[in-house]
Amino acid sequence: MITVENLNYSVNGTQILHDVSVDLPKGGMTALIGPNGAGKSTLLSHVSRLLPLQTGRVRVDDLEIGHCASSDLARKLAILPQQVHFVTRLSVRELIRFGRYPHCKGRLGPKDHARVDAAIEAFGLEALSDRFLDTLSGGQRHKAHVAMTYAQDTDYLLLDEPLNNLDIAASRALMALLRDLADTQNKTIVIVLHDINFAAHYADHLVVMKDGQINCTGRPEDLVTTALLRDVFGTAANVEMVCNKPYVLP
Amino acid sequence: MRINPLIIGTLVLLGCCVLFMTLNSGGHWEFILKFRGRKLAALLLVGMSVSTATLLFQTISRNHILTPSIMGFDALYVLILTMSVFVIGSAGFNQLPSQVVFTLNLVLLIAASLALFGTLLGQHRADLMRMVLTGIIFGILFRSLTAFVNRMIDPNEFATIQVRSYARFNYIDVSLLTISVVLCTIALIACWRMRRQLDVVALGYETAVNLGENVKRRQTQVLILVAVLVSVSTALVGPVAFLGLLVVSLARLVAPNQTHATLLPLCALIAGIILVGGQTILEHILGLATPLSVVVDFVGGLVFLALVLRKGWT
Ligand SMILES: Nc1ncnc2c1ncn2[C@@H]1O[C@H](COP(=O)(O)OP(=O)(O)O)[C@@H](O)[C@H]1O
Ligand SMILES: [Mg+2]
Repeated sequence: MITVENLNYSVNGTQILHDVSVDLPKGGMTALIGPNGAGKSTLLSHVSRLLPLQTGRVRVDDLEIGHCASSDLARKLAILPQQVHFVTRLSVRELIRFGRYPHCKGRLGPKDHARVDAAIEAFGLEALSDRFLDTLSGGQRHKAHVAMTYAQDTDYLLLDEPLNNLDIAASRALMALLRDLADTQNKTIVIVLHDINFAAHYADHLVVMKDGQINCTGRPEDLVTTALLRDVFGTAANVEMVCNKPYVLP
Repeated sequence: MRINPLIIGTLVLLGCCVLFMTLNSGGHWEFILKFRGRKLAALLLVGMSVSTATLLFQTISRNHILTPSIMGFDALYVLILTMSVFVIGSAGFNQLPSQVVFTLNLVLLIAASLALFGTLLGQHRADLMRMVLTGIIFGILFRSLTAFVNRMIDPNEFATIQVRSYARFNYIDVSLLTISVVLCTIALIACWRMRRQLDVVALGYETAVNLGENVKRRQTQVLILVAVLVSVSTALVGPVAFLGLLVVSLARLVAPNQTHATLLPLCALIAGIILVGGQTILEHILGLATPLSVVVDFVGGLVFLALVLRKGWT
């Protein structure tokens, strides 16, 4: 379980997170939703030690952020940030091989190579594996990054808006793959999503954020209502139930 | 099969070294071997130091345009040197063993570069434009301060500094050769041992942290190594502005992959070829009085412009 307690964060006197306390359950898929600027990326950055803790505590199972070795956490939790930007010229396979770094420190053994091959296969990147990243489309490059975190093979996988550059087929394929990781390999997926329908359809658990605070948490079918869209997102949209799942009408 | 640039580089460098030692030797072997041997060692040492420092600096600052000299590292070295002449006077300065002066300067340079560049690199969102501007401002600041201090010291003392503040491949301060070899060897071994970690740091802050690297600590370690390597090369031959950029850009162009395990030796080889080969051609074949540093800086400056114009500010 990921436990966040009394997390505050401010930059230049502006408070961005206000005393956030939340538990993200182990196993299954938790989706983080909320309007732009609600603090979702900031929260994930704290959990993945990309930002320094100012006040509060964050624990991932038995590891406490700021008190555990960064390399230990790298074998337990992987993050795909909202924007990644590379200077090095790398091929897709070279990038994915870096996912094994926490386990082998750059000296890949047979097990590591097998996992890299599995990642390439799972994301259908066989044909692209020797291409350089800067010759790929935004969506293909993004897929390669997700494949790297897949190769990292951690219990927790944090993804910040991974559907941004993907078309509908690629989005559904990625969500199905993440769902499968949660269901068959016991991984915990924490994902920031823009599209509430994707969140309600695929996730087991929702965390709704607004203005740097946790607004509510719970099951999608209980949370996604006309009232939530009005109060949190500020839009008067209708919600319909289809096959026992809520859908926001555009 | 692709030909390995490392093997070609090694062969070319060996050829350059042989030519450097034997051309126009006139048979005075004992003198030649001693005199030219030291010079050769110094050139190789400078080549390895400058190229490694540049590569490492580009890795931790995550760009392929900036180098320690563009950021004002060697200007800082000359400033510290000038300050020490000013404080202890040239008489005292010339009495002290040059190794002591060198070590003192090195410690000061490490402290100053950690204070100045450490904070700059610490902001992991720092953009390239800001780094370039800061570097230019630092460079101008260090040079003007040096000029200011020069005006306050008398001409005799100024001569002491002047010899040491221009790039000179003909006159090499061999009294520092031993300590340079020792420091450089230690620094280069340290760099080689962290080559895999450097590959990870080159991926950028977020990805490197995700993979478990302590980026801040690594940046500090690398800054210390860069300061050591810059001190060694500046002490031996003076500031060389664009050599590092020229060498590392060439290496990236011909390297079969961009890992540090490939780039570190390749950069050292190319730097050695440019310095030893260039010096051989200028000294023995063309018989020109043009200093090598002028040629290297001219070509390196063109490469810098080409990089800036081609890549824009990405
Ligand atoms: N480095 C920063 N400096 C100032 N404000 C920031 C910084 N990073 C984020 N913010 C602000 O923090 C708030 C939350 O940002 P973020 O966590 O990225 O939101 P979300 O991911 O939910 O869209 C925003 O209002 C944003 O403007
Ligand atoms: Mg965000």
